[in-house]
Amino acid sequence: MYTKFSIKKWLVAIALASPLLSLAADISLLNVSYDPTRELYVEYNAAFAKHWKAKTGDNVTVKQSHGGSGKQARGVIDGLPADVVTLALSYDIDEIGAKAKLTPKDWQKRLPHNSSPYTSTIVLLVRKGNPKGIKDWNDLVKPGVSVITPNPKTSGGARWNYLAAYAYALKQNNNDDAKARAFVGKLFKNVPVLDSGARGSTTTFVERGIGDVFISWENEAFLAQKELGPDKFEIVVPSLSILAEPPVTMIDKVVDKRKTRAVAQAYLEYLYSEEGQEIAAKNYYRPTLDFVAKKYEKQFPAINLIKIDDVFGGWQKAQKIHFADGGVFDAIYQK
Amino acid sequence: MSTISVTQHSRYQAKVARSRATSEPAWIRWVLIAIALAFLTLFLFIPLAAVFTEALRKGFDTYINALVDPDALSAIQLTLIAAAIALPLNLVFGVAAAWAIAKFDFKGKSILITLIDLPFAVSPVVAGLIYVLIFGLQGWFGEWLLDHDMKVIFAIPGIVLATVFVTFPFIARELIPLMQAQGKDEEEAALVLGASGWQILWRVTLPNIKWGLLYGMILTNARAMGEFGAVSVVSGHIRGMTNTMPLLVEILYNEYQYAAAFAVASLLALLALVTLALKTFVEWQAAKNAEETELAVMQS
Repeated sequence: MYTKFSIKKWLVAIALASPLLSLAADISLLNVSYDPTRELYVEYNAAFAKHWKAKTGDNVTVKQSHGGSGKQARGVIDGLPADVVTLALSYDIDEIGAKAKLTPKDWQKRLPHNSSPYTSTIVLLVRKGNPKGIKDWNDLVKPGVSVITPNPKTSGGARWNYLAAYAYALKQNNNDDAKARAFVGKLFKNVPVLDSGARGSTTTFVERGIGDVFISWENEAFLAQKELGPDKFEIVVPSLSILAEPPVTMIDKVVDKRKTRAVAQAYLEYLYSEEGQEIAAKNYYRPTLDFVAKKYEKQFPAINLIKIDDVFGGWQKAQKIHFADGGVFDAIYQK
Repeated sequence: MSTISVTQHSRYQAKVARSRATSEPAWIRWVLIAIALAFLTLFLFIPLAAVFTEALRKGFDTYINALVDPDALSAIQLTLIAAAIALPLNLVFGVAAAWAIAKFDFKGKSILITLIDLPFAVSPVVAGLIYVLIFGLQGWFGEWLLDHDMKVIFAIPGIVLATVFVTFPFIARELIPLMQAQGKDEEEAALVLGASGWQILWRVTLPNIKWGLLYGMILTNARAMGEFGAVSVVSGHIRGMTNTMPLLVEILYNEYQYAAAFAVASLLALLALVTLALKTFVEWQAAKNAEETELAVMQS
């Protein structure tokens, strides 16, 4: 790899030294992302490369790494050289700043909409005909219903899942915390297997045929339907869900070292452009740009969405109370 | 001439002795063979056939396309690089360790044997995490490596390290019992006759253990190419850069690209089959070798 790299460097040096040769530079970026964005970024990376080539003449290739959001953040903290991260929730990017000092504290203010170019939510995916008659969150705690969700310790989607269920229980019980805890406790008793990331859970439910209902990212549920046929699965929209804001940012220490700040910045900003938003919508992420959102309005069901800041006081607080070691999740899952 | 006839005669005798050893009635033998075959079919042939059917489900073109995809080629390349570095390293280490343990007596020998077995005892995931803890950005050498622009984990060196770690007992473990059984007599004789250390190694020890050594190398290679857990932890899963073949199979499978996933899996299966064939050949050669040595001893 080192030899390959140095050959590349030589080639670049030769290219720069000779005015007769093309001056186009080859740039590579690494985007460390969470699990369900695989298809989204395949399409977006190609579009961005084209855009960047037209704008600057440089060739940019974006390499991808995917996994559970928490696990990916851990990788970046341990030195995975990501130029940009596009993760499932802001807490994981906060951790990169807190544990490894790779990003500034105010990273989330650098881009519009809390640095979330697209949003999503949590829905329920059931098998064709909905054999267990699942209509809402309270059907998930019934005995004999097998529920699939990833592990909230490693997966961002799983944490959104958990909080959506918890918010529903709070609302049903007049904000009684103890009752809400008992509710999610009962729900997790019905979970036979916790995968480490959202895509692993999708495969468990869709391919391996385990479970009656799969708590899923909306985009992941649409994708499973598209890939494997609408005749196999149905999406159940619960009475209440959570507005999921998967944020993006660049890793300052990495882009400064690799001298890729400008292109990394452009890469993230282009997500907010019309083309970026169209690609997001086509891959079943809810666009934030108004007229693109209008165009795809019919694709996304209207759901009563709560915000994490309103109900749980933000990610820092939610993480500390619910998902940290010895938190609520540990307590209910051990029982 | 007479030597040959003697050899033939004793082979014939050996054959007769072998057939007499199985004195059970025919039906018992057939039932046992049937059970073994059924077991093999269920656990080996059916899965193997399934891998190849799934791989070719969408036609031969899709199959080839899946294998010449840049990400697949880079995964194949990385797998071969990791195996090509791990194998010679473990060869040198395995021979050195087995030689020291089998031919010499020293303090702490049992500790050394335990250490060699460590990678068998430790879960591969833990093996990977060890390297993250040492070479990760938050680990012991993380800052230093970053300052000197060197990458270990989430790059090829880390993958090679993890592969070496999980494969390192194979050759030593294969050689130690063999060398212990052979004893030190021949080496001591060579020493008395005035051979140097190198001469003893090249002329006496290595020829005696060559089949066991080959067998160990084949096992090492198979494990090096197939390792998933430890490599998964240190890989970072960067497409086209740090994915080995087993990791790529998982990724493709998770992306609904079943034909491509099974195409890469079939390549791994083919490597395993070649390994198996080589292994059988080596065992057969070793058995033949042993038989001939025995005959030579008997004749003398």
